[in-house]
Amino acid sequence: MADAFIELDGVEKVFEVRRKTGFLKRERRQVRAVDALSFTVARGEMVGYIGPNGAGKSTTIKMLTGILTPSAGRLRVAGIDPSRERTRLAHRMGVVFGQRTTLWWDLPLIDSYRLMHRMYRIPDARYRENLQRLVELLDLGELLDVPVRQLSLGQRMRGDIAAALLHDPEVLYLDEPTIGLDVISKTKVRDFLRQLNADRATTVLLTTHDLQDIEQLCSRVMVIDHGRLVYDGALAGLHEAGESERTLVVDLERELPPIEAPAPARVVRVEGPRQWLAFPASESAAGLVAQVAARYPLVDLSVREPDIEAVIARMYTERGGTPVSEPS
Amino acid sequence: MVEGLRAYRMIAGMWIRSTMAYRASFVLTVCGNLMLTGLDFVAILLMFSQVDALGGWTLPEVALLYGLSATSFGIAQLAFGSVGSLGGRVRDGSFDTLLVRPAPVLAQVAADRFALRRLGRGIQGAAVLGWALVATDVDWTVVKVLLVPVTLVCGAVIFGSLFVAGGAFQFLAQDAAEVQNAFTYGGTTLLQYPPTVFGRDLVRGVTFVLPLAFVNWVPAAHLLARPYPLGLPDGAAFAAPLVAVVCAALAGAAWRAGLRSYRSTGS
Repeated sequence: MADAFIELDGVEKVFEVRRKTGFLKRERRQVRAVDALSFTVARGEMVGYIGPNGAGKSTTIKMLTGILTPSAGRLRVAGIDPSRERTRLAHRMGVVFGQRTTLWWDLPLIDSYRLMHRMYRIPDARYRENLQRLVELLDLGELLDVPVRQLSLGQRMRGDIAAALLHDPEVLYLDEPTIGLDVISKTKVRDFLRQLNADRATTVLLTTHDLQDIEQLCSRVMVIDHGRLVYDGALAGLHEAGESERTLVVDLERELPPIEAPAPARVVRVEGPRQWLAFPASESAAGLVAQVAARYPLVDLSVREPDIEAVIARMYTERGGTPVSEPS
Repeated sequence: MVEGLRAYRMIAGMWIRSTMAYRASFVLTVCGNLMLTGLDFVAILLMFSQVDALGGWTLPEVALLYGLSATSFGIAQLAFGSVGSLGGRVRDGSFDTLLVRPAPVLAQVAADRFALRRLGRGIQGAAVLGWALVATDVDWTVVKVLLVPVTLVCGAVIFGSLFVAGGAFQFLAQDAAEVQNAFTYGGTTLLQYPPTVFGRDLVRGVTFVLPLAFVNWVPAAHLLARPYPLGLPDGAAFAAPLVAVVCAALAGAAWRAGLRSYRSTGS
């Protein structure tokens, strides 16, 4: 790819873990958090980076942002080696950690922004313009004078996202940006990110546990497991690769025998008037719902998305453990 | 260095503005700090109500030791005291957020929660020093007059180096804040008493291993025309700047090594 903005080539990260095994005795063990990781992300792409806990997602983000030094391999962001030129890269990237804030905890939100203004040497006019735009889009107007520690999780997350974007970064890393947020906050954050990517062509890399984040935001998804890239392609392809299934939960008017659903959908569970139907994640739920509704007395229904862990687990069990990949 | 000072000024400035929003509370905490740290000197006064000399040093002479030590420690603690909380930041992961900002990390850690109330310690140390300089029988010369501010600056650098080195150690042992306190706060308490009351080995350690003696013992001996501890040569009082530079260099190296180790292990 000619315009590769993020480039990883055979990147590894090995940690040495010391464990106490007795009085003064230590056992040393090497843990390979990231193993021969290679991928590129083009400028303006919006990529979802997913995987189970401990798969190496955060370690990758920490190497991309220059927090951690890779043990081996080549890593470049905007042509810069993050671990060597940490502060130079810092001017061109924004980072949001879902689990912890980059804001100054005890100070009002606006104080953090004022400090960012000076620390990042943002020209006055641009700072004012960006702040005004971000405050409006992220609905921060009434929160600016509130100390960060008094903000709710959703408010703090929006505050953090604004802080990461005041200096017009070319790339934005989001580590679990929607974790713990309520539905309304999640929607606000997603809408904002979509608009950011469309308006400013900001490259976005986000890690998440929530497949809906990916579904609504990312045209491309990368799956990492045990430190290795096991999938790189479109989300639809991931469902096919994992042969993952969604579940349609229907509440009927009364207890009935299992619904005769059109194949490949099938009833997997019946509990009183409630029935669970599994169907391939790649298919639309609309057709199935219409067919069931035409023949059965429906009271209520919901569709459940497969979670990432289940999709990845299926990729392994059904393909005999060989990594699946697809050219992006 | 320039970048670090710039970041330090910005962050410290923000904390000062935020404390100044509650002026009355600020004045009260400074006074509280002043009284609390002043208790150390009250302890010395109580001792002198029973004896006329401590290890052969009179009250004004011990006050000179106390003043030099407390003032330089006060300056160092004001500037670098926050580095002591590094272990906690590493443990809760908030240290990572400092590494994604375009500013030197040491400046960010040192300026974090910059607490102007710590001025209390320096102010009361300076007050005791002022009295001691008048009350002691010093044969003032131009060199001796200049030696006082130079000693204070060198002492602050030596204590500041201890704070930074102690912070660097916390990259390896995150619960080591108490170890650091033993050297910093313990060090300044130790220096409030004349070297003659301590065992020879301790004085040796505090001179050659952890060169705290250059904060006040050695320069005070020069001011008071007393024999140097351990029979150090005459010029020893003027070696303080050299000692301070070496301490700062070592602390800087320790900090860089600690940071490098953190960035390769992430813990």
